[in-house]
Amino acid sequence: MQIAVTVNGRLHERSVEPRRLLCDFLRDDLGLTGTRVGCEHGACGSCTILVDGESARSCLMFAVQADGAELTTVEGLAPDGGLHPLQAAFREAHGLQCGFCTPGILMTMLPFLDENPDPDEAEIRTALSGNLCRCTGYQNIVKAVLIAAGVATNGESSQ
Amino acid sequence: MTTRHFGAPVRRNEDATLLTGQATFVADVRLESMLHAAVLRADVAHGVLGAVDTSAARRMPGIVAVFTAEDLGEQWAPFPLLVPPPPIAGLTFNTATHVPLARDRVRHVGEPIAVVVATDRYLAEDALAEIVVEVEPLPVVADIEGALSADATLLHPHLGSNLAAHAVQQKGDYEHAYSRADHVVSRRFVYDRGTSVALETRGVVASWDAQSSELTVWDTTQAPIPIRNALAARFGLLESQVRVIAPFIGGGFGPKVMFYPEEVLIPWISMRLGRPVRWIEDRQEAFFATTQERGQVHEAELALASNGTILGARDVFLHDTGAYAPYGLTVPINTQCTLLGPYRVPAYYSEFRVVFTNRPIVTPIRGAGRQHGVFVMERLLDFAARDLGLDPVEIRRRNYLRPDEFPHNHQIYFQDSAPLRYDSGNYLPALEKAADMIGYAEFGARKSRARSEGRRLGVGIVSYVEGTGIGPYEGVRITVDPSGRVRLATGVGTQGQGHFTSFAQIAADHLGVAVEDVMVSTGDTRHFGWGTGTFASRGAVVVGSACEGAARAVRRKILALAGELLEVAEDDLRLAGGRVHVAGIPERGFDLGELAVRANPLRGAVKPGTEPGLEATSYFAPDMGSTASGVHAMVVEVDAETGFVDILEYAVVHDCGRVINPMIVEGQVQGGVAQGIGNAFYEHLDFDEEGQLLNASLMDYLIPTATVMPKIEVAHMETPSPLNPLGVKGVGEAGAIPVAAAFAQAVEDALSDAGVEIREIPLSPERVFELIQRADAEEGP
Ligand code: FES
Ligand code: FES
Repeated sequence: MQIAVTVNGRLHERSVEPRRLLCDFLRDDLGLTGTRVGCEHGACGSCTILVDGESARSCLMFAVQADGAELTTVEGLAPDGGLHPLQAAFREAHGLQCGFCTPGILMTMLPFLDENPDPDEAEIRTALSGNLCRCTGYQNIVKAVLIAAGVATNGESSQ
Repeated sequence: MTTRHFGAPVRRNEDATLLTGQATFVADVRLESMLHAAVLRADVAHGVLGAVDTSAARRMPGIVAVFTAEDLGEQWAPFPLLVPPPPIAGLTFNTATHVPLARDRVRHVGEPIAVVVATDRYLAEDALAEIVVEVEPLPVVADIEGALSADATLLHPHLGSNLAAHAVQQKGDYEHAYSRADHVVSRRFVYDRGTSVALETRGVVASWDAQSSELTVWDTTQAPIPIRNALAARFGLLESQVRVIAPFIGGGFGPKVMFYPEEVLIPWISMRLGRPVRWIEDRQEAFFATTQERGQVHEAELALASNGTILGARDVFLHDTGAYAPYGLTVPINTQCTLLGPYRVPAYYSEFRVVFTNRPIVTPIRGAGRQHGVFVMERLLDFAARDLGLDPVEIRRRNYLRPDEFPHNHQIYFQDSAPLRYDSGNYLPALEKAADMIGYAEFGARKSRARSEGRRLGVGIVSYVEGTGIGPYEGVRITVDPSGRVRLATGVGTQGQGHFTSFAQIAADHLGVAVEDVMVSTGDTRHFGWGTGTFASRGAVVVGSACEGAARAVRRKILALAGELLEVAEDDLRLAGGRVHVAGIPERGFDLGELAVRANPLRGAVKPGTEPGLEATSYFAPDMGSTASGVHAMVVEVDAETGFVDILEYAVVHDCGRVINPMIVEGQVQGGVAQGIGNAFYEHLDFDEEGQLLNASLMDYLIPTATVMPKIEVAHMETPSPLNPLGVKGVGEAGAIPVAAAFAQAVEDALSDAGVEIREIPLSPERVFELIQRADAEEGP
């Protein structure tokens, strides 16, 4: 099937098999490997991207379902080669270890922070509950999100 | 030398690459004309393997080849034993290692039977369904305790038994201790299986280049050099013809140090077909094909004087190694050794039997058997304290080794075949600090207050030690690049521990450069070809010490050359800001890059006894591991109606010697605690009697999420290790080790009026509820 999707502002027109998962399409067909695949059954959140501005698990969508949509992947967060403030906050708070879960968490937190510019720790934890991280115990991820929201700086242990 | 970076919470060098999605993981490697492999796996746990008919599969669209054990020819051979057993007197050791593809017999669900190679992964998986396998089922050894019964079916008939190993280690005379004890506690403990769940599953991409006769393998391994050596040996290649790259790895936790079938099959297929081949494990496969850990059953006993002093300990346990035992005795010996903990135990008798069962293979997972030993000892101490009317903190205090008792020799062998000898430690202050952090002194009042409001709170506080940083050795090469940046290469792989930063910190201090100007390469055998791997919490200790040696050597070269060129004494030179210059005259000197160019003269010979470049390689080989230690404490609230346990507060005081980067160490501890909490309360591999795993997905096997994790307070204590120049001890596994013991104590405390005793891990809400019900029933109305 022929599809046209815009990814990180760039239009891609491709022919794909109807059963091809969106995550495979992004990673293997478009070479955007920043979107990670940890389970392929919607449980870990590491494949999360933005579809028309909303978080979505790219392993639970077929590429054909994205026809006509605007997608953002982690590669599109800071196109100028620097770090988006959310990314910088993760570095500041040591919110990543192996970094495998990180793109999915960033793409989950981005719309969350848009809707909740002033979240508390409990709200952040709830928003994170669909994303698994096996390395960090989440504490520094929560801290990073608080920093990004401007609620905390790394110096104070406000969470 | 000013140690500006060592000990500082330096932000990580590797983060920007990871955060922007630019980091290359194995599954990201894409090569021209690459093929995709999928593996057909046994769906029964035990059976005689008959014909494997691949003819229909071969005719499927996009299929390039299908391989079975028969096709492997001479390449079919059992894998080598990865870790030889220590020289324990009277040891029984029956080796049975796994094979690349099952031939004759399948011994666990998920054992590989055939590999399909196709132009596309979807097509490869389609074809798996078309392979017809004849298996004649055999009775399944599903249970650790049934494995040695007379009527158990043998997994490896040539061994004559399902016994993989039997070992006794002892010191002192336990029988004597027992006979003069005022009090003896004995219990049975069960610790059941869990799995590592690195978020990145395993994967291998291999590319054989016939033109250059070189094999390149990207592998999710924690130990790329041993894999390279083994592949070269198997394929009759020079080690220089094989390059193994462990790029960014999405979590290791132990099971990625193995030699898996796919690590041989995928390179072999690439050589056979002359095309690159990629295999990425899917999550369901990971539940069967990646190694697991933790199944043990203990009958343990502690003999004490009436004042709570330990006179001796006795432990007899069974350890489940699964269908094969490629990893030798590492896990049960860790259990055996770690049980002794931070305590003075004059007499110890420890005996274990390792048994084969029809379950996936067991190899170390973060903690690697240590948590079992800690669980048994800490539980016994809790029961003894209760019986003797002592506070749990008090009984520990009375038995700690004192700082003047180090080095302390336990007179038994550790997993690395060296004697179990603690290098240094200072345990009591850690206990006091943890008690303070968790509010232990006031907890009784808090508990009663809560109880009067109908809430059940409990506190747990336990100690552990961890043997870390074992040999054999690692090496590091440091080179000043003409660009002025510093290249640092080591052979170990990295799985998120921050090696790109902590190793850089060590080098940066000696060379006077910024941490971000030290470019660290790990896990690429082309960049560094000697060493073993990342396991047993050894990276910081062994590689860190080698960094120190190499950095000092490069510093000496810089000073010697600059001194000569500037005609000043070396003592008058300073290294700072990426320059070497005369003290007090910053402009009189060289940028390091410039000096590196001078060290590689275009004209003029390199003088005898010198080498070109500003480069040095250094190795570090500890005689034995250094012993880290710590105390964990937590407060829980138990809902007796549902069995649900909420961890309200969690405190860790840990001592891993000198800390290179406290931010990274705290992260390691927090992550370890999360895994420990999963192990204690959420995660359980649920096998049925047929050896089938009933919860092989992340929907059914629950790892902790952000909403169930407490905030973890971490405090550092620093008792330097005398065994390495940095004074460091490992920390990678520490967080995970004592959690179950602390959790059990806390839950029991919360249910103290219900009379519940906890002798098993993992627990779950259902199981806690059952224990409450049972205690109620036993007490009667
Ligand atoms: S890979 Fe999509 S949710 Fe896990
Ligand atoms: S940082 Fe490794 S899984 Fe989250």
